Amino acid sequence: MTEEQRKKLLSELLEKKDSGGLKPKDRLAIPPQDMPEQDAAARRGNVSEVALGYTEEQARLEAMRCLQCRNAPCVQGCPVRIRIRDFVAAVADGDYSKALGIIKENSLLPAVCGRVCPQEVQCQEKCTVGLSLKDVSKAVSVGRLERFVADLDQDRATLPAVAPSTGMKVAVIGSGPGGIVAAADTRRAGHDVTVFEAFHKPGGVMVYGIPEFRLPKAIVHDEIETLEKMGVKIVTNFIVGRTRTIERLMTEDGFDAVYIGVGAGLPSFMGIEGESLVGVYSANEYLTRANLMKAYDFGAGADTPIAKSKRVAVVGGGNVAMDSARTAVRLGAEMVYLIYRRTEKEMPARVEEVHHAQQEGVEFHLLQSPKRIIGDADSRVVAVECLRYELGEPDASGRRRPVPIADSEFQIDVDTVIIAIGNLANPLIRQTTPGLEFNKWGNIVVDENCRTSMEGIYAGGDIVLGAATVILAMGQGRIAAAAINDYLATKKQERKT
Amino acid sequence: MSHQITGKQQIGEDVFWAEVEAPLIAAARKPGQFIILSVNSTYSERIPLTIAGANPDRGTIELIWQRVGKTTAELAHLNEGDEIANIAGPLGTPTHIEKFGTVVCVGGGIGNAPLLPIATALGQAGNRVISILGARDKSRLILEDRFADVSDELIVCTDDGSYRRKALVTEPLAEVCGRDPKPDHAFVIGPTIMMKFCCDVTRQFSVPTQVSLNTIMVDGTGMCGGCRVEVDGKPKFVCVDGPEFDGHKVNFDLMIKRIGAYKKQEQQAYENFKQHQCKIGLQ
Repeated sequence: MTEEQRKKLLSELLEKKDSGGLKPKDRLAIPPQDMPEQDAAARRGNVSEVALGYTEEQARLEAMRCLQCRNAPCVQGCPVRIRIRDFVAAVADGDYSKALGIIKENSLLPAVCGRVCPQEVQCQEKCTVGLSLKDVSKAVSVGRLERFVADLDQDRATLPAVAPSTGMKVAVIGSGPGGIVAAADTRRAGHDVTVFEAFHKPGGVMVYGIPEFRLPKAIVHDEIETLEKMGVKIVTNFIVGRTRTIERLMTEDGFDAVYIGVGAGLPSFMGIEGESLVGVYSANEYLTRANLMKAYDFGAGADTPIAKSKRVAVVGGGNVAMDSARTAVRLGAEMVYLIYRRTEKEMPARVEEVHHAQQEGVEFHLLQSPKRIIGDADSRVVAVECLRYELGEPDASGRRRPVPIADSEFQIDVDTVIIAIGNLANPLIRQTTPGLEFNKWGNIVVDENCRTSMEGIYAGGDIVLGAATVILAMGQGRIAAAAINDYLATKKQERKT
Repeated sequence: MSHQITGKQQIGEDVFWAEVEAPLIAAARKPGQFIILSVNSTYSERIPLTIAGANPDRGTIELIWQRVGKTTAELAHLNEGDEIANIAGPLGTPTHIEKFGTVVCVGGGIGNAPLLPIATALGQAGNRVISILGARDKSRLILEDRFADVSDELIVCTDDGSYRRKALVTEPLAEVCGRDPKPDHAFVIGPTIMMKFCCDVTRQFSVPTQVSLNTIMVDGTGMCGGCRVEVDGKPKFVCVDGPEFDGHKVNFDLMIKRIGAYKKQEQQAYENFKQHQCKIGLQ
């Protein structure tokens, strides 16, 4: 559709709507609005954002596709229960500040979540439009609409109101999505809040992990700035457990409550031969070098090097694998192979990222998995030996279990291997916080209010859930903050009496 | 919060010492631990440096480094009153200190810096401390006086014989290990190749040996895994599992390859930096 056609269609639909004649049939007939994107060939050579965002006409047309179902199944699909139907109606009406207000009732980071949430397995999976058209990709593009209204609010002129000081101190460990939300919500209640970050820049996975081309760092920077304007203190280069233990924060530094949102933070390797060869990276290392340390500018200012790879194998099928593969493309690799032991259908990555990776020339090697990595005399990677797989019976995750095919070994010549098969729980807090309860995988045990086994200590996000998503971490940050606010209110009351 | 340099000195050929404000690290650090620093926040790389000492009352830590590349050269250019943007720590598992009996501490080159707090703590724990210090030549030998203070016996040698005994540290180490009774424990810190050969010596005499590894790191908290080494055939992270390991189980050959991964790029960055410095000098 051209811009002209869209304008014409929108005015026709608005007229019909005003006269009360806009039927579900008309709404279903509105063509789904594609996201404008940077050209695939051009973006191989830059790190700018790929998805460019809806125009106003696109946003309103897309919003008018929504049937406004009475039971709003989309809301059930949202981990933080955003009133999706209502904000979409506001977009259709052109009332964008109302739309944003509705989103912000439940989510503090709409510009982030609109970009990185796996909508096709959350809100959009439940969308009646998608179900009616028998294609989840034709559901109302809730994420794109969320991003549209969030981006209109770039100056973020209105700060959330902060209640009068309570005199209580809250420590938030980790400045990722969960920490940001926990800090904002506890600060709003009037507490004195400090966020501790181990890296030299705040933002957690949104800064070191998710690449610029998927989530511009300026957005994360703005969110951090909002926190600071609200009066939240951000302390970088502070490793809780080492620089100071949680116990000392509470007994000596006077923190009344602590939220632990440190993320997973310990990369899994496969345990195969050759994983310590030169040229084998964890996705965490590869992405941190590229994103946080700006290794793509090595020689043009940045001091942190990264492999100058020609042929790269990325192992895994999640978002982090896609991010790694697409980063390798942008760093100049000629061939990037994505090796995944199941099929595209089972990939945990967002569908959009899978498509973008394919458009950018990443070659998918499905139903294959590395058996060993082969090095030369200098211990540099020269090839990865893979086995072919077929899908067997469903396993505990409900996905069909990949079964190796005997004697199916073959080699792919590569100079770099990036392992993107997930993270385990970082042991630092466990080693330095006696008394805190962990499960057998090293994740912190919490109740439904994100309360840990120790009084005043709350936890959420990947260190509790294992590897999860930005929105789930954010949701837990919010639950924990509410529980902390309750706890501190009671504590203050007790102090008075 | 940036960190002011409160004292700085060149203490050997290409070797520098600085005292830096870092009150929280000064209070928390233990022997064997290290920090990660970056000179500025925009483009600087993060490098691990060992903590050579600390003064919790003054809120300062001591850093000692060798000028080998761009970042260490940039650090060497800083002076008293200048600031380092980021210092995170203390990182790594502290050295296990106990009364072993007689211990031999072997330091090579810049390795004397991390070894000093360990030797000091071992002495305080009631051990008889024999220190062996080595350097390429006299100009690169550091901390001799301070080791003299904390050691019951001190052996100093240089590769070229320009000072004290002309020998590699493995030679006096073999002699000490050959004594009756032999030392109960050895601590070896220095260039990777030196640690490898020292471990070959102590293995012959069955003297348990602790080494402290210095690998490439990004975050230093277990997140990236860039620092991994093979110990007893299994991958270990130097930043959280180490930096100290049983030297008899470390795959030093693979480690040497891994720490050389970016050699070309590092040299290129250093050359660019030196040329840039020359231009500034001409202006």
